[in-house]
Amino acid sequence: MIVAVTGVVLIAFVIGHLLGNLQIFLGPDWVNSYAEHLRALGPLLWIIRAFLLVNLLVHIFFTISLAIENRRARPVHYTKKDYVKATFASRSMALSGLIVLAFILYHLAHFTVRVTDPRFLLLKADPLNRYDVYSMMVYGFQNPYASAFYVIGLFLLTLHLTHGTSSFFQSLGLNDQKLTPRLAAAGRILAWLIFVGYTSIPVAVLLHLLKPAQQL
Amino acid sequence: MKFKLKVWRQKDPKTKGKLVTYEASDVSPNTSFLEMLDAVNERLVLGGEEPIAFDSDCREGICGTCSLTINGEAHGPDHPGAACELYMRRFKDGATIVVEPFRAKPFPLIKDLVVDRRALDRIVQAGGFVAARAGSAPEANSTPIPKQNADRAMEAAACIGCGACAAACPNASAMLFTAAKVSHLAFLPQGQPERTRRVLKMVTAMDGEGFGNCTNTYECEAVCPAKISASLIAKLNREYAVASLRQEAGD
Repeated sequence: MIVAVTGVVLIAFVIGHLLGNLQIFLGPDWVNSYAEHLRALGPLLWIIRAFLLVNLLVHIFFTISLAIENRRARPVHYTKKDYVKATFASRSMALSGLIVLAFILYHLAHFTVRVTDPRFLLLKADPLNRYDVYSMMVYGFQNPYASAFYVIGLFLLTLHLTHGTSSFFQSLGLNDQKLTPRLAAAGRILAWLIFVGYTSIPVAVLLHLLKPAQQL
Repeated sequence: MKFKLKVWRQKDPKTKGKLVTYEASDVSPNTSFLEMLDAVNERLVLGGEEPIAFDSDCREGICGTCSLTINGEAHGPDHPGAACELYMRRFKDGATIVVEPFRAKPFPLIKDLVVDRRALDRIVQAGGFVAARAGSAPEANSTPIPKQNADRAMEAAACIGCGACAAACPNASAMLFTAAKVSHLAFLPQGQPERTRRVLKMVTAMDGEGFGNCTNTYECEAVCPAKISASLIAKLNREYAVASLRQEAGD
């Protein structure tokens, strides 16, 4: 139940973050002012960040302890095991989650702390004297290795969410026989929409549909 | 028909077990899986070997005694149905069939394919008594029950307690079993007096037995011979949440 509740918060963040990021398609002015607004929140931003971090840590701590209990519940494994209904995604939540965690750490180092790409230091402020997030994202994704890792990370996040989005309704007891398959279908659609939304940015950059607003 | 069987043989809980290969020949397609094992056993006995130990009783899918994992699926490939309701015509001639016991920590192995499933009985016992008036049968219309509730209680009561849910679950969780037992009484007026206490005690007993946790893979409902729906697990989660709140409130 704790895993479900923290999961909902994280899904809400993933959707919000996506909506923020998609503003890159509206041009440098939109994203840069969006980022400026976020930073202008000041202490509130840090409260939100701390809340998300605690949420994430609780989500990870409880899932890992549950996963350990689950391993212990079957000390002797089957020689042959076939699954009739359990999907690959639903059986590999711990693994996909841990890889997503690695991705989050890289993502924070890449775009939040900005330590992985030396070119970001050369970026000048935009004409309105705001940090040029637009060019940072474009330069960041021009590196095909970085983009590839984003797509892989997002694919695993999507795998995680194809199960997670509908699973929490079951854990919280908020469904019934009729609703369960519909929620599962809706959850999968949502997860893949998130995948398409996020990956559209590095793909657009690599196809040169998005160009940096300034030259380095 | 002819089959190659790979059967889990283990003398006792302490000895290390292994898969042993047996040939089953001249099998009629209309033989049940258990009858086929009987025939193999007869041959083993004639040859002076120890027969394969496996559980069975009614052999018509209502008692929940048979407990085989056949080709990696609890009760074999013919869902919904218990292993005793599985016929050899379901397999291809000449196929290799792997037969293992139900595997979960709370189901300790006794011998070969026989496991001890008393953990499930202890969960039911933890539920305690149901306050019902003893004596002659009450007048039929004295306790009205909506048709829908009666149906859902009946669906939950269909659980035969075989443990296939826990055996098939990737986490060896017995949530579907416990959900069926809790919901069955929670849907009926007769189950109301002890409703809060029952779910809390049964879930505590389930966790205490060492079953794993539910991660909503729904593998349980796919193999359940009684077609118990995993939506009852959502019902159990609801019952448990409400009961915990009531307990916190000192109710």
